[in-house]
Amino acid sequence: MQSWIPLVPDSASTFSWKVDALYFYLSGVTLFFTLLISAVLIFFVIRYRRRTPYEIPRPVAGSHKLETLWTIIPFIIAMTMFGWGAQVYFQQYKPPANAIEVYVVGKQWMWKLQHATGQREINQLHVPVGRKIKLIMTSEDAIHDFFVPAFRTKMDVVPGKYTTLWFEATTPGTYHLFCAEYCGMNHSGMTGSIIVMEPREFDNWLSGSTGSTTPAAAGQQLFQTLGCASCHGANGEGGRGPTLAGVFGNTTQLQTGESVRVDEGYVRESITNPQAKLVAGFGPIMPTFQGQISEDQLVQLIAFIKSLPAGGQTPASAQAARPAGSPAQNLK
Amino acid sequence: MPPGSKTVKSIRFVILNSPCLLFVIFVPLVANISMRPIEYYEPPVPSKVNYINAQYGLKSWLLTRDHKRIALLYLGSITFFFFIGGLYALMIRLELLTPQGDFLQSATYNKVFTQHGIIMIFFFLIPSIPATLGNFLVPMMIGAKDLAFPRINLLSWYIYLLGGVVTIYALLAGGVDTGWTFYTPFSTTFSNSYVVATGLGIFINGFSSILTGLNFIVTIHTMRAPGMTWFRLPLFIWAHYATSLIMILGTPVIAITILLLAFERVSRVGIFDPALGGDPILFQHLFWFYSHPAVYIMILPSMGVISELIANFSRKNIFGYSFVAFSSLAIAVFGFLVWGHHLFVTSQSVYAGMIFSFLSFAVAIPSAIKVFNWTATLYKSSISYDTPMLYALGFIGLFTVGGMTGLFLASLAVDVHLSDTYFVVAHFHYIMVGGALMGYLGGLHYWWPKITGRMYPEGWGRFSALVIFVGFNLTFLPQFVAGYLGMPRRYHAYPPEFQVFNVLSTAGASILGFGMLIPAIYFVWSMRYGKRAEANPWHLPGLEWRTQSPPPTENFEVTPIVTWEAYEFAPAEETEVIGKFKPELEQI
Repeated sequence: MQSWIPLVPDSASTFSWKVDALYFYLSGVTLFFTLLISAVLIFFVIRYRRRTPYEIPRPVAGSHKLETLWTIIPFIIAMTMFGWGAQVYFQQYKPPANAIEVYVVGKQWMWKLQHATGQREINQLHVPVGRKIKLIMTSEDAIHDFFVPAFRTKMDVVPGKYTTLWFEATTPGTYHLFCAEYCGMNHSGMTGSIIVMEPREFDNWLSGSTGSTTPAAAGQQLFQTLGCASCHGANGEGGRGPTLAGVFGNTTQLQTGESVRVDEGYVRESITNPQAKLVAGFGPIMPTFQGQISEDQLVQLIAFIKSLPAGGQTPASAQAARPAGSPAQNLK
Repeated sequence: MPPGSKTVKSIRFVILNSPCLLFVIFVPLVANISMRPIEYYEPPVPSKVNYINAQYGLKSWLLTRDHKRIALLYLGSITFFFFIGGLYALMIRLELLTPQGDFLQSATYNKVFTQHGIIMIFFFLIPSIPATLGNFLVPMMIGAKDLAFPRINLLSWYIYLLGGVVTIYALLAGGVDTGWTFYTPFSTTFSNSYVVATGLGIFINGFSSILTGLNFIVTIHTMRAPGMTWFRLPLFIWAHYATSLIMILGTPVIAITILLLAFERVSRVGIFDPALGGDPILFQHLFWFYSHPAVYIMILPSMGVISELIANFSRKNIFGYSFVAFSSLAIAVFGFLVWGHHLFVTSQSVYAGMIFSFLSFAVAIPSAIKVFNWTATLYKSSISYDTPMLYALGFIGLFTVGGMTGLFLASLAVDVHLSDTYFVVAHFHYIMVGGALMGYLGGLHYWWPKITGRMYPEGWGRFSALVIFVGFNLTFLPQFVAGYLGMPRRYHAYPPEFQVFNVLSTAGASILGFGMLIPAIYFVWSMRYGKRAEANPWHLPGLEWRTQSPPPTENFEVTPIVTWEAYEFAPAEETEVIGKFKPELEQI
């Protein structure tokens, strides 16, 4: 920590300067208008002070020209702020395809994180510099919010669904992680740190920390023990239930004729509320797993389904209609 | 003493419940204060009967249908709630003086900031100007004898009181810890506090707001004096008209939302909690659909007051009257379309976010128009430095900062960083305290002679206005920086690097609190000892000044006939047209 009073937070991600630049622009405009209004006010208040108790100034007619001027100019300035803000926001909330995934589960009052390679962390996240990291987050109870001021980004962590947050760290160091959505008694204790490392150090850290099973491998086991395999096939090749291999990230045809993108949210819903969006050609035979399965297990199952390679040449939407796809090979 | 010992616990109990204990002490006191004028008041012209001395006794107040007396009943009760809310604010600032949570426990701190918000918003800010100044002045400014529905007006005060009593019960019983925003599923499933009782209090209170709004709209439509056309209305009336629209259209939504919340909490039917099949974000949409317009319920009446103060204390008609009038309506309408800017980081669709961001920038324009017109009004005017004008000038400065920092939060990418930090806290306090409260205090000083028939002490008035301005800025300016640095709101303990800002803020809050006490004391003092006010102590053309101070029960002895424009200090033929030269008129 600096000994002087800081006025700008640490900058440690590719968003930092983008948000700061806009922030400084906004601050400049604010300062300009505040000073302008104050200066004019002070000038008028002194210049046109009441000199004798009985003076009556002349009334004034309004001016459409002036009204138009001070409607249009602020509007144009506001639109520059809008456009700039929207453009950066778009980047913040459109995660890139090639990011490293980390699963985050928030609960009162701690953060549980797991790397795709299996390492688990509590209230800490180690990430390398210069790699895009995508967090897939959910909550076990109230709404939380994953906030890293040094990265200038945050996202609510909402129970019952997955939200994503991505960033690319630029500067090694240790940064605050805050829960920014009020979540009950120990809300202000739901903090942690983001440890940004040079890639080499990060690799050392990865190999040094006790490697547990990867989420995908754990998910595969769950897939057997929960009995998913009996309908969806041991490797997700399908059977009485639709094929799971290779559908992730593609669209699939529903019984209603609509099509849906298979993402974390859809897989989650299909496990906790299977009847909600049935794949075309399949009956409502799957039991619900709502309440039977923890958030961690859900994340593992999703990681497993994601890891299944495409079963055949047929496109994903057609695959769904033909349950007997070819079995998937080489699981991780 | 060990932290868990009985003594410590009982001390803590007393401190925490002091606002509620004060209730017991305060109620007779407040009742007494509002009674006092009846017993001791001597009218300026002893033969004149006015609304205060027309009838005596508790019953004549509790069953009154006079809008002016009801305004005083409201004034007493909202002042009481203001001081409770203020005590909670004091506790918050004391706790945040040090980074570690040492003054209160986390659970208690959470209740304190929740209750600060609930009391200040629902029981002080929303009724503040409309129910006191509005109630008193809407009929007087349009030349009417009373509001359209005097009994409904009294009913609205009793409903407000009932809502207040239920809420106080909830606070005494154990309090509520959800934040004033009641976000689900925390409020429906995980909070162990008195959520339903508090919600019931707010639910009941909402009806008082709806009835007041209804009364104003009907009154303004049907009871204007002969000659009082729409464009001769003081801008205070336009602002209250716009506010009333929001009250009527918005309040039912929060009422339904609270009912749904209570229903889920009690019956466990899934509406908002995903574990029961609900959608937690749905709550936020419903909540902000009311609660964002509610911000305009707080600020619009204040803008109306400021228009009065600026025009009357500079003896000039408002520059661009119709623009200022219609900007109030524009704010009321646009205000309903921007709720989604509270949901930029909740996983709301990116495109929805963009639309809400755009609309939020659009709603800023009418406010900017007002500020520019107020400033332009002062050009070549005759500005007095009386206390109300000091509040009005302070308002313009603070509201400009509050409004401009609102643009930071409307700007998507910056909001991602700033939302739920102290930047937001600072921003809305600039609007609600720097804006709404400054307008309320300015208006109270301005109309005090009319309301009570007594002048407040001018020197103390100016002094306290200055103290409040300084204290306010010292409290909330540092919070902008703390927020940008990343200090999250609603944190009981915080990392030590934020301490310097919190120390400044607490110091400022002490000055602010001290500044607030001064008017509280001299207003009460002036009711008995203040200089007697003339009918028109400021020498103004408005209708409310064309009757005695305090006014008679029927407001005007004969129904006024309006033949002049709003803020007509000088004849219309002397009007100066901007850009055209006319020789200076000699001053009277």
